[in-house]
Amino acid sequence: MSNGITKKTLDNGLTVVLKEMHHAPVVSFFVWYRVGSRNEVPGNTGISHWVEHMMFKGTPTFPAGDLDRAVSREGGRWNAFTWVDFTAYYETMPADRIDLALRLEADRMVNTIMNPEETETERTVIISERHMYENYPTFLLNEEMQATAFRVHPYHHEVIGDAVDLETITRDDLVRHYRRFYAPNNAIAVAVGAFDTKAMLGRVEELFGDIPAGEVVAPITRQEPPQRGERRVTVSGPGDTSYLFYAHRAPAATHADYYPMTLLNAAFAGGSSLGFFGGGGSNKSSRLYKALVAPELAASASAEMAPTIDPYLYSIEAVARPGRTLDEIESALQAELDRLATEPITQAELDKALKRAKAQFVAASESVTGQAQLIGLAEAVTGDYAWFENALERLSAVQLSDLARVRDQYLRPESRIVGRYVPAVNSENALPAEESEHT
Amino acid sequence: MKDHSFPGPDTIHRHVLDNGIVILAYENFAVPSFEIEGYVPAGNLGEFPPRRGLAAFTAANLMRGTANRTFESIYEELESVGAELGFSGGRHTTGFSGGGLDEDFDLVLDVLADALRHPSFPPEHAEKVRGEILTSLQIQANDTRSQANKAFRALLYGDHPYGAHLQGTPESVAGLSAADLTDFHGSYYGPRGMVITVVGAIKAEAAVARIKSALGDWRNPAQKSLPAVAGVARPTELLRTHVVMPEKSQSDVVLGLPGPLRTTPDYQDLRLANTILGIFGMYGRLGKRVREEQGLAYYVYSSLQGGLGPAPWTCATGVAPGNVDQAVASIRAEIRRMQEERVPAEELADSQAYLTGSLPVSLETNSGLASVLTDMELYQLGMDYLRHYVDLVNGVTAEKVQLAAQTHWSADEIAVAVAGP
Repeated sequence: MSNGITKKTLDNGLTVVLKEMHHAPVVSFFVWYRVGSRNEVPGNTGISHWVEHMMFKGTPTFPAGDLDRAVSREGGRWNAFTWVDFTAYYETMPADRIDLALRLEADRMVNTIMNPEETETERTVIISERHMYENYPTFLLNEEMQATAFRVHPYHHEVIGDAVDLETITRDDLVRHYRRFYAPNNAIAVAVGAFDTKAMLGRVEELFGDIPAGEVVAPITRQEPPQRGERRVTVSGPGDTSYLFYAHRAPAATHADYYPMTLLNAAFAGGSSLGFFGGGGSNKSSRLYKALVAPELAASASAEMAPTIDPYLYSIEAVARPGRTLDEIESALQAELDRLATEPITQAELDKALKRAKAQFVAASESVTGQAQLIGLAEAVTGDYAWFENALERLSAVQLSDLARVRDQYLRPESRIVGRYVPAVNSENALPAEESEHT
Repeated sequence: MKDHSFPGPDTIHRHVLDNGIVILAYENFAVPSFEIEGYVPAGNLGEFPPRRGLAAFTAANLMRGTANRTFESIYEELESVGAELGFSGGRHTTGFSGGGLDEDFDLVLDVLADALRHPSFPPEHAEKVRGEILTSLQIQANDTRSQANKAFRALLYGDHPYGAHLQGTPESVAGLSAADLTDFHGSYYGPRGMVITVVGAIKAEAAVARIKSALGDWRNPAQKSLPAVAGVARPTELLRTHVVMPEKSQSDVVLGLPGPLRTTPDYQDLRLANTILGIFGMYGRLGKRVREEQGLAYYVYSSLQGGLGPAPWTCATGVAPGNVDQAVASIRAEIRRMQEERVPAEELADSQAYLTGSLPVSLETNSGLASVLTDMELYQLGMDYLRHYVDLVNGVTAEKVQLAAQTHWSADEIAVAVAGP
């Protein structure tokens, strides 16, 4: 036990992580499955996300529609999400109602029916979800950025999947994917809140302990080979706003460079210093903001890096102000990145980034749901539930020389992917060509 | 959670300063942080054509420089310690919210007071903010959800102030001047009608004392009240509009009517009706029919705002362009069903259980608490509101739900806006 956290692995391989918090009579219960878009191949992209949807479509005990109503009836909040590295399900309930969540998750880990009619109805729902994303220029650009960055690694497609696969995936494909990946030895159960650890552990063992282990999932072997030169992609479409996306290859969460890279980003771009999704935040005192937004080139600029199992991307995004060109913005951005070498991050900047990380950690830890999310994410991505808590310690140990090293290693032109979204010239509302004179 | 452990008059410290500012302070030492939020009674009701967007523009410029601080120093101070503060212009109020570690309370309060009392509105910053708003409007012009909402408001409210987009239009924003900012601020920002809520690891007496020190001597003799908001006539037929956006994959749809005030006597009845219709579980009856049974949409829901004026009650969804008519018909059918058939007892009980049972989860965090407390003050619900809340919700009957749906809704005399191909 560390930091009040108890971790145990059941005989069937289920990892259980429990943390008591008694500030409010609430409990959050998560089950994380080590399956995400990384486990997909062309032909079944989007299948992990679709299985997530099907997990709400019923078991014999909780028929379709009953599941979400059962939780709501008990005053609970619930949701699920699929990401590149994992799929997670959670319920946050009044403490005395949490047993429903455990029963529900144990049941649907094994007994999800995936009725053929429900599968077809859900096909159109998911296609509708993809259509919702396609309405956004940033989605269209991001999809091409990912494909451009990852030729070999399965990170190359969006979690929602490619439209052609959403049309052709069958119910049998879904069932196969579910059976292969949804097993206790591929799952992590996390509970945070007002409970007694011994009692909670006992109940988890009672409900999940008899579920047989599944086949061990083989690790991803198709790692992305080194990138040997800058890659560029342009997307054009409706609207009048231009966007610039810049990405560099980032270290994986478990790599020693992850912490210095996180602080380099925090010092450069401000916002979240902890580098997990749900970041963002005010960054008006950052170098990035001062270089792009203050001089009225970009309306906004931000950067982020999420913790991932395999090396992913450090992404910088800027939205062009009307009348400014992406050439100008890219020039200014590259100049500012170059300045990291000629005028490196100072100790004062590093100290501020660290202080911000501490404040953000406190904020993220405030709720049982937030805590359970941090614990589960850490366990799912790194295998160590304490990764986030220890991160503050590891961040404190970062030196200026570490920042210089990761800057040289990761911010090289040949590892750069540049994406641009430009209004289509024949679009209904298109302004004159993007490169026209601006006074 | 028992009723008596919810925040109430004995644990919410409510203090009114001589200048009219209402302070709500609630202690929560679970984590070493705080949340501060509240509002001043300045909003778009105080702006008149052609100065649409002025209230929001003013709010966006408050932290661009004050008599005591430059823009750069404001954000350097806040961001160095991971603290946050922001303002947002609404219709009846301009809200603020922020927070940080408990040790940074004085800093955030000081910046808040400075921005409220002494904004300097530097013209070069007004230009920067203007461009950011224009970019935002440009992005919205390409966004089906945003366009559907704007078209809906224009259709339903016409020239009524609720029909105007809070940020204004590209034309109106282009015309706003630094003098307009000073003028609007001077007219509507002041201590009278201001509420400030602090929740977190700060002793209540200390919070009150520090706020009194920072804002207690604020006076604005020129402070005006916003004009009263007029009612708005309900449609007498089906009104429909379509913003054609040819290159989009999905169409967004908004249907709705002017909604009741928060203080309307049958508010909880309508709230239950709305929960049953479009919230409970996965989007209530709307979700069941439009998403689960027909697979038409990823999202479909209904929303009851209940404000200081006739804020809209809406149903919204995003569907393939070819399915718009079917989705609209389904939504209208469910509205009609709520009016024609009494809801089964079990279905009502489910939604009541959800609204009462989820209160502890809503009140877990500083920001959840601060939001609820501020609303209690804004709508004059009384500091004992949470102690009666369960009874209020459980006192709703199926008859009352049906009556509320009949009184406030219509499936046929309703405004429908679509944005998409």
